[in-house]
Amino acid sequence: MHPAFSVVFFTTATGAGYGLLALLGVLGGVGAILADFWLGLISMGLALGLIAAGLLSSTGHLGRPERAWRAFSQWRSSWLSREGVASVVTFVPAGLFGIGWVLLGRTDGWVVIAGLLAAVGAVVTVCTTGMIYASLKPIAQWHSRYTLPGYLIFSAMTGSVLLNALLQGFAVGSNILLAVCLLLSLLGWGWKLATWRHNDRLEIPTTANTATGLAGGTVRSLEWPHTEENYLLKEMGFRIARKHTAKLRRITQLLAFALPVLLLAIVFALPWPVAAVLSVLAAAAQFAGMLVERWLFFAEAKHTVALYYGR
Amino acid sequence: MTCLPAHTDRRLGLVIDLDTCVGCQACVTACKEWNTGGHMAPLTDVDPYGGNVDGVWFNRVHSYEHTTEMGGRTVNFPRSCLHCETPACVTVCPTGASYKRASDGIVLVDEDKCIGCKLCSWACPYGAREFDADVGVMKKCTLCVDRIYNDNLAEEDRVPACVAACPTSARHFGDLGDPTSAVSLLVAERGGVDLMPEMGYHPTNKYLPPRANTARAASVPAPALEPVRTEGGFLGWVDRMLSN
Amino acid sequence: MSHGALRGANSAPSQRPLANTRAPDEGDGVDTSPDVSDSIAKTTCYMCACRCGIDVHIKDGKVRYINGNKDHPVNRGVLCGKGSAGIMQHYSPARLKKPLLRTGPRGSGEFREIEWEEAFSIATERLSTIRRTDPKKLAFFTGRDQSQSLTGWWASQFGTPNFAAHGGFCSVNMAAGGLYTIGGSFWEFGEPDWDNTKYFMLFGVTEDHDSNPIKIGLGKLKARGAKVVSINPCRTGYNAIADDWVGIRPGTDGLFVFALIHELLNAGRVDLDYLLRYTNAHVLVIQQPGAADDGLFARDGEGNLLAWDRVAKTQVNATDADAKPALTGSFMIDGRRCMPVFQLIANRYLHVSYSPDAVAERCGVPADTIRRIAAELAHVAFEQAIELPIAWTDWAGRRHETIKGRPVSMHAMRGISAHSNGFHTCRAIHLLQVLLGTVDVPGGFRFKPPYPRSTPPGPKPAGKDVRPMTPLQGMPLGFVCGPDDLLVDDAGTPIRIDKAYSWDAPLAAHGLMHTVIRNAWAGDPYRIDTLMMYMSNMAWNSSMNTVETMAMLADSDEAGNYKIPFIIYSDAYYSETVPFADLVLPDTTYLERHDCISLLDRPISHADGPGDAIRHPVVEPDRDVRPFQTVLIELGARLGLPGFVDDDGAAKYRDYADYIVNHERTPGIGPLAGWRGKDGTSIGKGKANPDQLQRYIDNGGFWHHEFTDDQRYYKMANRSYLDFAENMGFIPKAEPINFQLYSEPIQRFRLAARGHGRVLPPEGGRSRIETYMDPLPFWYAPFEEAAVDTQIYPLHALTQRPMHMYHSWGSQNAWLRQITSQNRLFVHHQTAAGLELVDDDWVWIESINGKVKGQIKLVDGVNANTVWTWNAIGKRRGSWGLKDNAAESNRGFLLNHIIGDQTSADANGKRYSNSDPVTGQAAWFDLRVRIVKCAAEEAGFTEPQFERFQQPPRFEPSPDKLSFGAEFRMKREAAE
Repeated sequence: MHPAFSVVFFTTATGAGYGLLALLGVLGGVGAILADFWLGLISMGLALGLIAAGLLSSTGHLGRPERAWRAFSQWRSSWLSREGVASVVTFVPAGLFGIGWVLLGRTDGWVVIAGLLAAVGAVVTVCTTGMIYASLKPIAQWHSRYTLPGYLIFSAMTGSVLLNALLQGFAVGSNILLAVCLLLSLLGWGWKLATWRHNDRLEIPTTANTATGLAGGTVRSLEWPHTEENYLLKEMGFRIARKHTAKLRRITQLLAFALPVLLLAIVFALPWPVAAVLSVLAAAAQFAGMLVERWLFFAEAKHTVALYYGR
Repeated sequence: MTCLPAHTDRRLGLVIDLDTCVGCQACVTACKEWNTGGHMAPLTDVDPYGGNVDGVWFNRVHSYEHTTEMGGRTVNFPRSCLHCETPACVTVCPTGASYKRASDGIVLVDEDKCIGCKLCSWACPYGAREFDADVGVMKKCTLCVDRIYNDNLAEEDRVPACVAACPTSARHFGDLGDPTSAVSLLVAERGGVDLMPEMGYHPTNKYLPPRANTARAASVPAPALEPVRTEGGFLGWVDRMLSN
Repeated sequence: MSHGALRGANSAPSQRPLANTRAPDEGDGVDTSPDVSDSIAKTTCYMCACRCGIDVHIKDGKVRYINGNKDHPVNRGVLCGKGSAGIMQHYSPARLKKPLLRTGPRGSGEFREIEWEEAFSIATERLSTIRRTDPKKLAFFTGRDQSQSLTGWWASQFGTPNFAAHGGFCSVNMAAGGLYTIGGSFWEFGEPDWDNTKYFMLFGVTEDHDSNPIKIGLGKLKARGAKVVSINPCRTGYNAIADDWVGIRPGTDGLFVFALIHELLNAGRVDLDYLLRYTNAHVLVIQQPGAADDGLFARDGEGNLLAWDRVAKTQVNATDADAKPALTGSFMIDGRRCMPVFQLIANRYLHVSYSPDAVAERCGVPADTIRRIAAELAHVAFEQAIELPIAWTDWAGRRHETIKGRPVSMHAMRGISAHSNGFHTCRAIHLLQVLLGTVDVPGGFRFKPPYPRSTPPGPKPAGKDVRPMTPLQGMPLGFVCGPDDLLVDDAGTPIRIDKAYSWDAPLAAHGLMHTVIRNAWAGDPYRIDTLMMYMSNMAWNSSMNTVETMAMLADSDEAGNYKIPFIIYSDAYYSETVPFADLVLPDTTYLERHDCISLLDRPISHADGPGDAIRHPVVEPDRDVRPFQTVLIELGARLGLPGFVDDDGAAKYRDYADYIVNHERTPGIGPLAGWRGKDGTSIGKGKANPDQLQRYIDNGGFWHHEFTDDQRYYKMANRSYLDFAENMGFIPKAEPINFQLYSEPIQRFRLAARGHGRVLPPEGGRSRIETYMDPLPFWYAPFEEAAVDTQIYPLHALTQRPMHMYHSWGSQNAWLRQITSQNRLFVHHQTAAGLELVDDDWVWIESINGKVKGQIKLVDGVNANTVWTWNAIGKRRGSWGLKDNAAESNRGFLLNHIIGDQTSADANGKRYSNSDPVTGQAAWFDLRVRIVKCAAEEAGFTEPQFERFQQPPRFEPSPDKLSFGAEFRMKREAAE
């Protein structure tokens, strides 16, 4: 699949944004994080900003963005529509929570409910995003039991690492959160490795034989319908060299997992402001690493239509 | 509405005979020509005279080499929308632009509702969706919905443009939901197959496999030729035949 | 056998409309009954030579849609990939807009626009000087011309013998091979009996002129489960659907066929009765080595052919229907030894050198496969013979209660004919057909009227006596029956610029257009003044040795004068040839013109009856262009050519339409056969009918006559058919047509090579004539193969046009180019592995004539000794309205660059045209190459490259986007 930047950025940014929002909603709502105006403003701003930027970026992928509002109508069948609905609906409790928690400094009553609802909304939205990909049968690398948990884990991981960076920045870091960040990063790492391992061993029942209905033997593409590349090939016939993949997988592991784990582990033993700087570095590295991961998520995904073109 | 109809009154579709298709591209341009002025007009061609030419086509013909222990064959393979019974391209559509008609099973796109998110093209395993980058919407084979019921065409012309044009009669059209229809009988007789049945999309269109190198191939049960046994060999045989 | 009750080819139950076509009440707002067109004009396609009937749907003055005409006898409603893309041809941005006069150097593309009046006066002045002084200094050659009965007649009236169309580089071997043997041929001359054949053999065809009829026929065979066997190095197109593909080595089909014949003879599986009735198998051939009549037929004092009556044991008139002629033996007639033709056939083909084992390796076909196919042919022909319950009467008045048939049919085309041994291979295939008794019988191969004609047809080529201001005595092209008919002067020098009908190419029935540019440039045999060409891309894909050809067109002498002094060219598009013209006459598209597809030329008949058709303008030109035929008629009138002016010198015809209706070639016979006579009730012969064109238009653009059942088969000997043919003027007399298995006209040339007769070949050329003018078909290695070191050039290289561009005039089209805008060189996997090549590599393709660079694609479905590519995809930058980055001129390549237009020098240092020595057919497929992987920095682009042509005045850059059809929808939706 063609790794369009708009979609790569969208899923990475909203993943982190919703993860952060969910943590803020739960932890802020129950008062685990004290309602500090500037911390609240920046953290809520970052969460909603990542979400908004991601959503905006995703409309860059649309042929007719001015009609994007229509995407809320088909929630009964379409995960994309559900994602749209969930993402917009989540803004309501998130907004209320922001007002209550940041502006009014409250951590009780309806603010708690709004925070929890925002967290639920965030989780639901991430689930819908994951399901968009997980539901696509023609792409075996996505249509797998690894996809949805992956989205949730990476959302929680990037959200928590961001939250840690924010708290450390305000010198209110928590070792529990640090531990959670570390565990989630290790879980994410492990999940990604497992996913890759799964994908590398995939035995896809769909072949050029089943695609053409020509049973037995080999089916080799002789000539394409048109000699030049068309929409299908540009969008779904993307190919990446094995060598290139291996390199990008190493970069992903380094930036998204190894480096953050290392930095966060060090943070345990360090005082502010060094802890803050390293925490921010960990978050930045992880975000960059996740962009690479998401690029690979697309680039390594093979659509069945490529079989028709001998790819 | 992108929920699928529980039942369609008819299951209109195509049957494509891979044993007969010579890859002449008649169906390809006939489709282009009709549809570029038809229901989904235009089928835009970007850079039509340049090096990055890329046009919208609803029907494309591939060619393959199929090799088995029995031998090899070149197979021309027309590919277009299969108007599946359970088309995920419809259910993934967030706007309701994609839909499957309850009356005849044709899968269509309502262009006015399409936001061009391209998800339907990701959901279609067959590559039947064609994005018109100039208009910003997804387009696709309409099974010539503007021909098959068209009161402005003579009754006999109310078939898809590709079927009307096909010079070798490799394309057939009808109701595959009716087991007694001519197309259903043809599929039964020739062992028509679904493409990617494992996907579970239940395509309506069927493909009739090539017969060469199979038990269905045309064959002549000819005994080996023996030299004439007449005295004088062949010339002797000629003389005898003429004197009979 | 004739059309079924349902109209159109695609009328199987599984192809019909729904039983109920009332739109269901879906409620989705889809307009299921949009308005399609304001009017439908029925005319004839011209996207290739197939001449299908088309319905052109006009909406708001624009072409909305083109589909096949269901009533039309050629395509019966279907339409090919080209025909359905006709809109893009019609609206091409490369259409010429106005007459052009060259201003820059030849080949630069620098022109200025001129008015038609100036164009006419330039041409008239030039041509009238030529006509006054030496008419043969005009060479007039047309390309994919469907109006040769006009263009040839114009040349004849002008007085120049230098006329031909593109047949010489297309398939004259096929035409001549057939016409000299059975009085007809494949393609437009005949077709398989698709409804009855059970075994179909296809030689050297992936796609053909008869594009849709063959496809319709193959569909019928497939529906019936008849067996299709293809003999072709490439497994594409029609060969892809064969039940049995024989991937033969190029140029060896003759050997393969002889091996089949060898097997059939050996097993006594030939139709002796058929041979006796319809062929010259029994005619006696004089066997007197050294004598002036050696190898000629034995005749009695009155000139009657003789046979030997095996019962009466005496000589007998060979045409005596009651005789019992011998087919074998050796007899003394008037003291000379004579043998029946059939004895000579048996002697030759029973020889072990033609056995399957002897030919298998050279053909690349296992001997067992050859034996199996021979057995299958015999089995179907003799064990599965069919009989139609229709009574008919033969030429001798014998009544037959049924029509018997041997359901084996064959078709062959360019893969056979485009070799230097093609003529004899064509004859070999016809011999095989005739031995099996399958010509014009049910289930076999059937003639299309006006064929069969006598073997060869009557008129001889005119041009022996070229004089100023004097028309030729006949048409420039015809059929020679011996050396006396050649167009050579007393010194043996060719009279024609293309050397047709000379010792270089005695049976050149279609001329040799491919030699004209070199010969005119070299002044061999003489210098010309003006080269006038129409509709043929001679500076690119229609020429061999393109690089040199372009140089010759633009070459000048020491004084700075062009060696070919003046070039007039008519084309509708800015092709690669236009920039080499001095005067450009812009033609219309096929939807803007009148044309006739005439029985005088290349009609649309099918085996069940003759037909012809017209084109008529269905849209008005939006440019200052004129149909070439109308221009030619006006030019004829301005020159005062006898046929084109009245006695008072006034123009006889207003335009081509007027000519089509009113011209009479012989009294009562004009370009169109339908609705003749004042009241339009005659067919074939009759006075001109002023309403004739309207009658054609009313009938869908064509006329077709359906035979009665008893006329459909055995046309070479069918009394009822022969009478009809005489009445129609197809044949001069209703006499049977006797298949010439042994060709006496060809033997006459061989006798000349031995020194007999008045017209003798030049000393150095005698052995060539002796060898190749063999009265019985034989096989020899294609010339290039024989001339090069096959270790150095181990591969055969072939080209074919893709089906969606086959024989297409414009060849460039916004839709069709998307299907193929880069051609690959297809190489067998094994061959590539041996050369350490992998898929997508870029290679140099090298022949003795040069090298060209292209990208390879590995395949299995090709003879391993053969590489091939799609032809005419490569384009020169600046032509056809293509942008500079178009794949066609950057990655596509033209194999023509490395196909030599001349053979290697013979022992006397003479180089002949790279052609068949009998007919002059261009030997495109003789090419031998080697392929070499190119250096890394050379990959990714084709070479050679050529300078970009300038664009003509007022040529806008081609559009960046096409939204064709959006306007129809907008208008529809606005109306709602």
